[in-house]
Amino acid sequence: MSCPGDVRPAPDGRTTGTADVRAVGGIVVRTRGGGLSLRVPARALVVSVALLAVLVVVAGITLTTGDFDLTVPEVLRALAGNGSGGADFVVNTVRLPRLLTALFVGAALAVSGAILQSLSGNSLGSPDIIGFTNGAATGALLVIIVLHGDMTEIALGALAGGLATAVAVYLLVFSGGLHGFRLVVVGIGVSALLLAVNQYLITRTSLEDALEAQAWLIGSLNSRGWEQANGAVIAVAVLFPFAFRYARRMSMLEMGADTARALGVRVERTRLVLLVVSVALAACATATTGPIWFVALAAPQLARRLTRHSGPGLAPAALMGAVLLAVSDLAVQRLFSPAIVPVGTATGTIGGLYLIWLLVTESRKSRA
Amino acid sequence: MTEPTRPTARLRAEHLTLAYDRRTVATDLSVAVPDGSFTVILGPNACGKSTLLKALARMITPKAGAVRLDGAPVSSYRPRDLARRLGLLPQSSTAPAGITVGDLVARGRYPHQRMLKQWSVEDQAAVTGAMRQTHVLELADRPVEDLSGGQRQRVWLAMVLAQQTGILLLDEPTTFLDIAHQVEVLDLCADLHARKGHTIVAVLHDLNQACRYATHLVVMRPGGTVAAEGHPSAVMTAELIEDVFGLPCRIIDDPETGTPLMVPAAPRRPAAAGDAAVAHTP
Repeated sequence: MSCPGDVRPAPDGRTTGTADVRAVGGIVVRTRGGGLSLRVPARALVVSVALLAVLVVVAGITLTTGDFDLTVPEVLRALAGNGSGGADFVVNTVRLPRLLTALFVGAALAVSGAILQSLSGNSLGSPDIIGFTNGAATGALLVIIVLHGDMTEIALGALAGGLATAVAVYLLVFSGGLHGFRLVVVGIGVSALLLAVNQYLITRTSLEDALEAQAWLIGSLNSRGWEQANGAVIAVAVLFPFAFRYARRMSMLEMGADTARALGVRVERTRLVLLVVSVALAACATATTGPIWFVALAAPQLARRLTRHSGPGLAPAALMGAVLLAVSDLAVQRLFSPAIVPVGTATGTIGGLYLIWLLVTESRKSRA
Repeated sequence: MTEPTRPTARLRAEHLTLAYDRRTVATDLSVAVPDGSFTVILGPNACGKSTLLKALARMITPKAGAVRLDGAPVSSYRPRDLARRLGLLPQSSTAPAGITVGDLVARGRYPHQRMLKQWSVEDQAAVTGAMRQTHVLELADRPVEDLSGGQRQRVWLAMVLAQQTGILLLDEPTTFLDIAHQVEVLDLCADLHARKGHTIVAVLHDLNQACRYATHLVVMRPGGTVAAEGHPSAVMTAELIEDVFGLPCRIIDDPETGTPLMVPAAPRRPAAAGDAAVAHTP
């Protein structure tokens, strides 16, 4: 969209306009006065639009199919608030909140993972690998087993557990600056420790509590209503603006702390804000659905591979996370019906395969 | 500002005490960087030359004293404002995986950009200009990781140039490069200094390269004090090198440029120290 006025013939006969376009890629949008100017990597834009299209299709299938098939006009009428009683109930009470929970939890997990992977410079640096998810689970289990709390209290417990784990990992790792590899190794250790704690907690309780706890530990979107959907939407609405505001600083940090500082980035503050946002997103997501594995790990990496963009690319990652979780949930709802398979089982299985592939390619790369 | 600045040095360090945790690297260190100079900081390992450069760039905070830029302590600048006046190429930077040359150089524009002003006409011109000056425009679409060491260093230089700061601080820009690429990078720096009027401050290891390219030398002693300061031909003496590096040497004229050339003295071994090699050569 660069305006033709930009293209001036250079002394050597080439036009500087075309040379400029060649030097730096992306689609450039500028207002006439220069008050607004944006540069978007073309491939990332295409991937985002494609993911958005997939999202619309998945949402359409989720809302129209199931035990009670609806047509698209029926769904649209129900969404607009003037559907028939049956359609209104199925769409607005059963399917829509569950879909929204899936979309927003998926997006939250993906952005949380994208931030941590960028900060640690390691594709294994994701909240489920380095203990934040298990920490959230510990918090939730304590509420279930010791306090016998309701859903909201369990969610608050998960939030507190995730944040407390993050503080612990932070204190263990950040004593001498941030070292990505150390973060991953210490995080895996903390994660294993918390897993043992969680299992111990379950063995020390009554059968009913143990069953409830075990059910919570397999992340699920079953019977998620507006309470959970609203929680996920609010978490995303509050935390995403910070994440996107700091995204450019984050890509500067990927060049090393000194380089970022030399370019005018407040390194310590940027790291702290991003870390808090990442942990809060993971904890809120886990509080809503229970631990859902591998979306945070895989979504940002898949998005990066599709966009081939050298940067955290939060928007494609968020869309990828939303697609992954919504598709997984649709699959467990429709493929295994009438059996109720929690979505955590599906993402865990797919994610396990992904992790094997990731480790194999990473070790190949390091040997090459 | 309490004291008027002499117009000859925008960037100066005044009575710095530099330390990492408890280890003090330098005390009462004062250095002025003459405007428009190609200043090279020299000294033996661990004498604090990189630390001084880091302090000049506000990468580390002095325990005492202050670094001043245009009269004001660098600590009083907002990070972005400082980054628009002072560029630094650290010893090691990481190119993000898969990034192209053009995108990396474009990142040098960060301090000039805003949330809604991400890619102005000036940004584009600065990036293209910097890439042309460093001869990397042809490499624009190549991934940085595919380049040779010398090319990569030119790309990083382009990134710092795109920052358009007037003063460039380079921390050992020739380390990890073979000799041909060292000369290539230093020739480029000299060119930027001579033709574009950049003030350049570089930490170098090689005395003879320093003498050939610098217009101003700062020679540091172990313990972080300045042993000598000035034009290479004025400060470079055999006594200074022996004093600072503990190396006996001769200083001759560089046959190519006429600048001082340091030649280490051959060890004068007494004939009695007859080791095997000597014994076999009658």
